[in-house]
Amino acid sequence: MSRHVVAKAAELKPGEHKVVEVKGREVGLFNIDGEYFAISNRCPHEAGPLCAGMITGIVLSDGPGKYRIERKGEFVRCPWHGWEFDIRTGQSWCDPKSIKVRAFQVKVEPGEELVKGPYVAETFSVAVEEDYLIIEM
Amino acid sequence: MNIPVRDVRAAQKLSFIDGDIHPAFRQLSDLYPFLPVRWREHLLTYGEHLRQGLTGQLPYPRMMASGMRVDAFPENGPPGSDLKLMQTQHLDANGVEYGNLVALSRGGMEERNLDFAAALSNAVNDWQIETWVKPEPRLRAGIVVPQEDAAFAAAEIDRRAADRRFVQVIFSPRASDPIGHRRYWPIYEAAERNNLPLGLHSAGFSGGHPSTPSGWPTYYMQEHYSFFTAMQGVVTSLIFEGVFDRFPKLKVVLIEGGFTWAPALGWRMDKHWERMRSEISLKRRPTEYLRDHFWFTTQPIEEPVKPEHLGEIIDWLGWDRLIFSSDYPHWDFDHPRHAFKFHLTPEQKAMVFRDNAKAVYSYQ
Repeated sequence: MSRHVVAKAAELKPGEHKVVEVKGREVGLFNIDGEYFAISNRCPHEAGPLCAGMITGIVLSDGPGKYRIERKGEFVRCPWHGWEFDIRTGQSWCDPKSIKVRAFQVKVEPGEELVKGPYVAETFSVAVEEDYLIIEM
Repeated sequence: MNIPVRDVRAAQKLSFIDGDIHPAFRQLSDLYPFLPVRWREHLLTYGEHLRQGLTGQLPYPRMMASGMRVDAFPENGPPGSDLKLMQTQHLDANGVEYGNLVALSRGGMEERNLDFAAALSNAVNDWQIETWVKPEPRLRAGIVVPQEDAAFAAAEIDRRAADRRFVQVIFSPRASDPIGHRRYWPIYEAAERNNLPLGLHSAGFSGGHPSTPSGWPTYYMQEHYSFFTAMQGVVTSLIFEGVFDRFPKLKVVLIEGGFTWAPALGWRMDKHWERMRSEISLKRRPTEYLRDHFWFTTQPIEEPVKPEHLGEIIDWLGWDRLIFSSDYPHWDFDHPRHAFKFHLTPEQKAMVFRDNAKAVYSYQ
């Protein structure tokens, strides 16, 4: 496991998402109301590019003809077959017991923490006044 | 010690034949260069007059993004209208050796004005060659014909057949009558004469008939299932009307109509034939025609809870009957490396992904 700086926190506004590459793998990074989440960009069904799909809520029903949408902006729907996943956990909605897309923890850390290290070779001017998004993989 | 490096990626890369790719027009005017002025004006003035129920509905799979893969939209036009995107997203990325084009719209299959239908058929056949097959030789066209004018359809097949970039004859299997009817036989005569299989695609247009055998459905989920029941009507009609006794070399590929239903239909047809064979005269048992004359494309593939159950059904059907298809760029696209959820032996894989298609279609 190593830590990867994947984005500046400020460049991902609430409701936005982007795909970043970590160790050769594509990961979708999401900001839901100021909280950050990351899931693999590979749908476990047929390997579709999951995060190119629609960001949506979940349609719930108490019976025929009764519908409601809850948790708007917290689900991603695969662009191929429409499988829905909870962005917070990676859990699938159709078969939560056995199907899950890999989720990663996203940490927000200030820049001055990140530039500290045991080795000092060459110094670059780094903008340390901002926060960064970190994924461990 | 030096260890010889094996090119694992090349060995693992599966090249395959795709039995179902849908090309689309970027805009209606793409068709103009291939239509005589008289019919171009007709199209602009009167438009099409289609066999279609529930007027104003999309006659198309439409779960999301008008039935398309959300990631398959080019900068301009609908999915399937941009060759470059089709190449990078599918043909190159997934290793397509040959891809059969199934051009569903504006080829005259659904048009009621038969003279206009003939002009459209001709235009769509030219369009396939000029827009798709010439710039991308991995693609193969289908001779799209209006089945309701069988005499014209047969002439169009004869006219195009020498051009081997056309690998099959395509028309609506949801015709005005069940397609075993003798009014369609000139098409079969021409297809057999030119050694071209029929490629029958039941998904999308229902030809003005209610899309399910028990009436118009309420939900898209019901309608999607109707592709399979439509194919059952196609198979029973072709077999019981005696088409294969008259045209013993005719080959039929059922595209996007499923296949898991076929073994059970065969058992049922044989049972009824044994009891009621005096009603019609068939030379052979129904399952023998099913076994010898029909092939099935795989998409949209079934995904049972125990994936290996699908393998058992294919054992009943025959592994030599299946042709892999992706249905690119539609939403229910199947990926060649992920569609089958159980282990296929190398021999089964070779059959489904290449050899069966090569046995039916002539790729030159």
